[in-house]
Amino acid sequence: MSGLVSAVGEKKRALTFQELLFTLQRFWADRGCVLQQPFDVEVGAGTMSPDTFLRVLGPKPVRIAYAQPSRRPADGRYGENPNRLFRHTQLQVVLKPPPVNIQEMYLESLVAIGIDLKEHDIKFEEDNWEWPVGGAWGVGWQVMLDGLEITQFTYFQQCGGMDLDPISGEITYGLERIAGFLQDVDSIYDIVWAVEPDTGRKVTYGEMRLAEEEQFSAYSFDYADVGSLWKHLELYEAECLALLEKVKEFDSMDELTLKRFPVLGAYELALKCSHVFNLLDARGAISVTERVGVMARIRTLVVGVAKAYAAQGEALEVGVR
Amino acid sequence: MADFLFEIGLEEVPARMIAGAQAELQQRVVKMLERERLVLPSAAIKSFATPRRLAVWISQVEEQQNPLMVETLGPSTKVAFKDGQPTPAAISFANKLGVEVASLRKVPTSKGEYLQAVSFTAARKASEVIAAELPKELAGIYWAKNMYWRPGKPERFVRPVRWMMAMLGAEVVPVSFGGYEAGAVTYGHRVLFGDAAIEVGSPGEYEDALLSGFVIADVEVRRQRIRKALDKVTRAGSPEGAGLRWREDHGLVDKLTQLTEWPSVLMGGFEKEYLALPEEVLVTVMRDHQSYFAVEDKEGKLAPHFLAVLNTETDEAGMAVIRHGNERVLRARFNDARFFWEFDQRVPLVERVKLLENVTFQKDLGSYAAKSERVRELCHRLVDLAAKRGFAVDSNALLDAAALAKTDLTTELVKEFTELQGEVGGLYAKAQGLGEKTADAIYDHYRPESMEAAIARTSEGQLLAIADKADTIAGMFRLGLEPTGSKDPFALRRAANGVVKTLAESEVPLLLSEISKAAESTDEKMIAFFRERLEFYLREAKGQAYDVVKAVLAAGSEDVRDAVARTEAVTAVRGSEDFAAVSAAFKRMKNILAQAKEKGIAAGSNVDAALLTEPTEKALAERSAELANRVSTLRSEKNYKTALEQIATLRPQVDAFFDAVMVMAPDAEVRANRLALLDRVLGDFSGIADFSEIVVAG
Repeated sequence: MSGLVSAVGEKKRALTFQELLFTLQRFWADRGCVLQQPFDVEVGAGTMSPDTFLRVLGPKPVRIAYAQPSRRPADGRYGENPNRLFRHTQLQVVLKPPPVNIQEMYLESLVAIGIDLKEHDIKFEEDNWEWPVGGAWGVGWQVMLDGLEITQFTYFQQCGGMDLDPISGEITYGLERIAGFLQDVDSIYDIVWAVEPDTGRKVTYGEMRLAEEEQFSAYSFDYADVGSLWKHLELYEAECLALLEKVKEFDSMDELTLKRFPVLGAYELALKCSHVFNLLDARGAISVTERVGVMARIRTLVVGVAKAYAAQGEALEVGVR
Repeated sequence: MADFLFEIGLEEVPARMIAGAQAELQQRVVKMLERERLVLPSAAIKSFATPRRLAVWISQVEEQQNPLMVETLGPSTKVAFKDGQPTPAAISFANKLGVEVASLRKVPTSKGEYLQAVSFTAARKASEVIAAELPKELAGIYWAKNMYWRPGKPERFVRPVRWMMAMLGAEVVPVSFGGYEAGAVTYGHRVLFGDAAIEVGSPGEYEDALLSGFVIADVEVRRQRIRKALDKVTRAGSPEGAGLRWREDHGLVDKLTQLTEWPSVLMGGFEKEYLALPEEVLVTVMRDHQSYFAVEDKEGKLAPHFLAVLNTETDEAGMAVIRHGNERVLRARFNDARFFWEFDQRVPLVERVKLLENVTFQKDLGSYAAKSERVRELCHRLVDLAAKRGFAVDSNALLDAAALAKTDLTTELVKEFTELQGEVGGLYAKAQGLGEKTADAIYDHYRPESMEAAIARTSEGQLLAIADKADTIAGMFRLGLEPTGSKDPFALRRAANGVVKTLAESEVPLLLSEISKAAESTDEKMIAFFRERLEFYLREAKGQAYDVVKAVLAAGSEDVRDAVARTEAVTAVRGSEDFAAVSAAFKRMKNILAQAKEKGIAAGSNVDAALLTEPTEKALAERSAELANRVSTLRSEKNYKTALEQIATLRPQVDAFFDAVMVMAPDAEVRANRLALLDRVLGDFSGIADFSEIVVAG
């Protein structure tokens, strides 16, 4: 297969993985987004970070962008498959309410990372996003670039089972895919992450992450202790439920107690449950029959947190007045 | 009069929804204009659609409403005039409607004479009416899934509205919807034309204006352009003598027509080594995951090429870049599929049977392991019945297939490509040396997936397909989960359609009632359900007339293939005059018998020749007895058409009988005997179809 360069002649060097991240972050910062750091609890997707899942609730406008390492234990391939990862990186952009020209802004961001739109085939194909466990869904597209899905674009409609108003526009870039495309490599592990400016030495994705893929695949599929995982699940669940139980007392709390009530802590516990569930699933420890039941349990937590977050926000708003 | 054009610009509308919305918008706009007396039914209409717009153009729209004459009844003449002078009642009635008292008419009614005013509704300007009415029509368009986008949620639509254009001649009609007011500009292709507005001088210029913006607004033109490009690119990319062809796929052509505004086609390739993977897997990856057309060689074998439809146009160098990108993605997809294929081989199907215990079929019907066991037992019973009737089937292969049919649900390949369930099991069975008959039966057992799809190819596959579906239906019926109205969450109608179609189009010698019974359905409802599906099959798949189907099923609905043959025979002869006359006469006989029964007049238990007095009734009795024997023989030979033609020859005797004989004779014995004769004739000749159900024209 002939390379990209030979096909189109002289071409400037493609962005490294980290330059791709810098460029997109700079692009969105210039358009009013606050740059947040990745969330530090395991999540399966950038949407599950509280910076999306909780900030889309309520009326307050939001413009935020952050990179989010996302763990999906069942997708691990021991580092042997050049296209699949246990942990990949999403760049998540949330705009509430979505600006009228949000699609045009998105296309400009592609130009910013070196994609000449006239040289490529771009399609917005229907793809509606849904996270049943979070009572969350939206409508939108997968953005296809020369047949490659590079972005999930969603107009968030509901979250925690609640209708959103205003809704949020959510743009999720798959950074490994885009970097692989830009650099024209057939394996994710060959992506150049960074180049040392003085020596010109290339640091690859594989150098940075292969060991992690190998070991976490082995952990998720072969080592994770099923008994302990079930215990973790129960412990996290019980603590989350105990916190949610106290939500009933919001009405009788004084403002300071209410403000300090750890809904955010409850959310982290719920996310822990979700991750442990994913591990159990990868480990093959959840039968199809059990699956529905466990998912319903986690849904109770996640949706309960979303409702508590909304209630807390509303109560504080009223209290301030 | 002027042409009217309306366009609504949207963010990319899902491809599957465009055709329906295009038709609905056209229909709504035309109906609205007709309702508002702004257009004649003869107006020329054209509609347009791309992913980013829906539009409709209508010729010769009135600039003002045609006035409508309204007749209003007022007070009675008695009250309205006193001494020949109008009273206040008459004057206020005329004033209310804005007419002169002198113009009021006197009209007779059932209650006496009343005043009537003739007035005309105000003729509003077209642009005013359209601006008021069109937004309501837009809001009413059906979308399978829609969304809010503006704060305060003022409206829902499929995707955010981005502009509107509404023009009556050169004049803008101020339609407002979704936060926009319509103007006189449209927008072109995102990339090839950019964000600049395109001015449209008048409705007639719309299509050309868009062409200059790299948008083909006419759906048919786009479709043809894609088809031609597929042909051309395939020919150009075909090595000397290879005779490559793209694989026809109407659904995919539709989808790509609705995904593009300015389509072009490129041919890409993949490494020959991937051809070692089953064709089914390769085609599914290309078609369902990448929207590519597969390419085949002269022999119909898959060639290592694909065709991608792009929503852009570029030169050779640009095409090379896009080709390279698409090939890269496809290679990654094929690699994944190969990984799954190889991974799955580590655990053979036979070892996967126990894994099915963990896969729920339905919570009250247990796991797929339980279902497989039930289907296997059912196959056993069906094969016993069928084999006795000389149906050739390898029962060991069938029973093995039944045990393994669902094991592919535990494979990675089916988890990734769910649409390949069954086929993957069949391919694995073959690869694992389980025998061709077993493999083919597994491969085919979900067939037919629709009324258009083919049935299973082998007798083992046919029996397994029937058993699998019958088990699902019987199980759900036992739980009271039969379909109701539009609700059919377990797709039981499709399953029953599959059973009927398989019986109709194979040699499987089983009756619907036998299948129900073998599936341990204690429910009469299941038999009625099958009968309803048979009726559906005859009407929808076979295109048979409603009355013919009803007539045929009244004479038996157990044997599907027999019902099909009888239906076809009735349809073949129903056009003949004699047959129509005999059908009408049979209906008359049935009515006479029914009326007699209602009045408590009994027919004789059999026909007594001594009581036949009139020559015409004697003739009918003799001729029908003769014919009955012949028809009975023909019926048992399933020579239905000839049998029906024979029945039609009874016409002279039937006609003469009704001309000369009064059935309800005053003498009770004669009457009972004549009724017995009619009863016998009906009984003898209704074995193929109940002709009294046939609707005779005139």
